[in-house]
Amino acid sequence: MFIDTLLIGISSGAIYSLMALSLVLVWRSTRIVNFAQSGQAVFSTYIGYEIAVRAHDYWISLPLAIIFGALLGSLVDLLFMRPLLRRVKDGPIAEIAPVIATLGLLGLLQSLLGLIWGNAFLQYASPLSAKGFTFGSHTVPFSPQNLFIVLASCAVLVIFGFIFKYTNLGLALRAASFQPEIAQLAGVRVSRVRNIGWAFAGATGALAGAVITPTATLSPNSLDLLFVSGFIAAVIGGLDSLVGAVVGGLVLGIGFSFILQYIAGSVTFLVGFIILMVVLLIRPRGIFGRDAGRHA
Amino acid sequence: MSSGLIVENFTVNYGAVSAIQDISFDVAPGELVALIGANGAGKSTLLRALSGLVAPVQGSASWNGYSLNGKKPEDLVRQGIVHVCEGKSVIPELSVAENLALGGIWRRDKADVLAAREESLSIFPALASRLQQRADSLSGGERQMLAIGRALISRPKLLLLDEPSLGLAPLVIEEIFKVIDRLRRKLGLTVLLVEQNAVSALRIADRGLILNLGALLTSGTPDELMADPQLRTAYLGI
Ligand SMILES: Nc1ncnc2c1ncn2[C@@H]1O[C@H](COP(=O)(O)OP(=O)(O)OP(=O)(O)O)[C@@H](O)[C@H]1O
Ligand SMILES: [Mg+2]
Repeated sequence: MFIDTLLIGISSGAIYSLMALSLVLVWRSTRIVNFAQSGQAVFSTYIGYEIAVRAHDYWISLPLAIIFGALLGSLVDLLFMRPLLRRVKDGPIAEIAPVIATLGLLGLLQSLLGLIWGNAFLQYASPLSAKGFTFGSHTVPFSPQNLFIVLASCAVLVIFGFIFKYTNLGLALRAASFQPEIAQLAGVRVSRVRNIGWAFAGATGALAGAVITPTATLSPNSLDLLFVSGFIAAVIGGLDSLVGAVVGGLVLGIGFSFILQYIAGSVTFLVGFIILMVVLLIRPRGIFGRDAGRHA
Repeated sequence: MSSGLIVENFTVNYGAVSAIQDISFDVAPGELVALIGANGAGKSTLLRALSGLVAPVQGSASWNGYSLNGKKPEDLVRQGIVHVCEGKSVIPELSVAENLALGGIWRRDKADVLAAREESLSIFPALASRLQQRADSLSGGERQMLAIGRALISRPKLLLLDEPSLGLAPLVIEEIFKVIDRLRRKLGLTVLLVEQNAVSALRIADRGLILNLGALLTSGTPDELMADPQLRTAYLGI
């Protein structure tokens, strides 16, 4: 029983982790919390669905959905964020406006999806079994698709962890997000690099949507709740840390699963917010957020 | 072809406020010119306009015949125009090594980036033992060294330095000025040096420009400027 509950927690935790990773990727490259992320991700998932329906092949649809997600992320930056940031440059508005804009964009994307595909629940099926692995006579609540989700989130962690830490692009992304002006003076093409950050995040969101959706159904709002959990996970992890996002996702997933099993399903979200509050009270920068250094 | 830095009728506004009005001057290749003036005189603004961070509303500037007008900082760095801005121009969240790497991030000649990095570390040995530390753990003087060290890795031809002595202890200031003097001789750098520390700056400068309320008041050799009793009390603080 305990193991089963843990496994359910890990599989939903991996889902939250993926969502959290896509948020952290935008944050790390632009310092914007992108509330449109779930809209972008679900849009890309619809594209994956359409391709899967036509090509009868999930494995073709998956990479194409990811590419579409990257392009969409890049377009969101070019068409929304850049014109916006060109107009509002300083003051408190400059911090809030982009976030509000992403909320507006979320509404826009979801109504667009409703117009194109309707609000029915669609099935985006994966060839991987949704039935749990069996050991002897016992079937555990952890399917090949769940395993695939866990692997996808590990892959994102490893790939982007490597890019951020060991490549010039990663250094440019971090420099551009911390101190755009100094980065520019050092020769970093800040707007181009940011655009790549949006594309990375869009690709990750699309991957999340396309691997999660086969375990549920597809509708314009189908990723919203997962996104909220992903957001909580990202904040718990420090918003700036890829490892933090994964750990935050797992903590939340496992926490929810135990509450569901031993207490009551109705309180899971409440508990999620309580965990968030407690973490923010004890460590405002999140579990993996770094403390500010000394300021001269 | 005209050589060196040539600035003609530069005017820069912040909204309705004019920060610099109609400034013209030039800096010959290899020359070190000190730019002196009180707080708010427009010194930083002038440097920011030269490195492309703000656009002048009027006037033009060129470096060895290459027009700076309408260029972005990231393009100007590629032309060898490197600006170390006011207040320790480092990225506190990155490590010392990463801050240094930033200076060579756009350069193709990776062997020369490594060589430049070695040179920077030999000029500022204090940095060598702190490569993995975050830049915000450095002292003010070390941060300034890191900022200059990073600029050198971009292989500057024209170095725009904004108050490198700001907030540093007298001994450290002396050290920084010595390094600037040595570097420009060794590398043949052209330097425009903004300073409040007028006397120290003039000691290593070939020429000084005095800026007052956004306009160029006068210019001359350090000896000429130091000899003027009015300038001495009003701008040089001696
Ligand atoms: N971003 C800005 N927006 C509006 N006004 C500005 C801005 N930056 C500078 N100014 C104004 O432009 C004028 C020149 O400022 P600048 O920073 O160039 O002076 P400075 O000579 O470098 O002074 P300091 O010695 O204090 O560094 C000042 O009156 C200042 O208030
Ligand atoms: Mg200044």
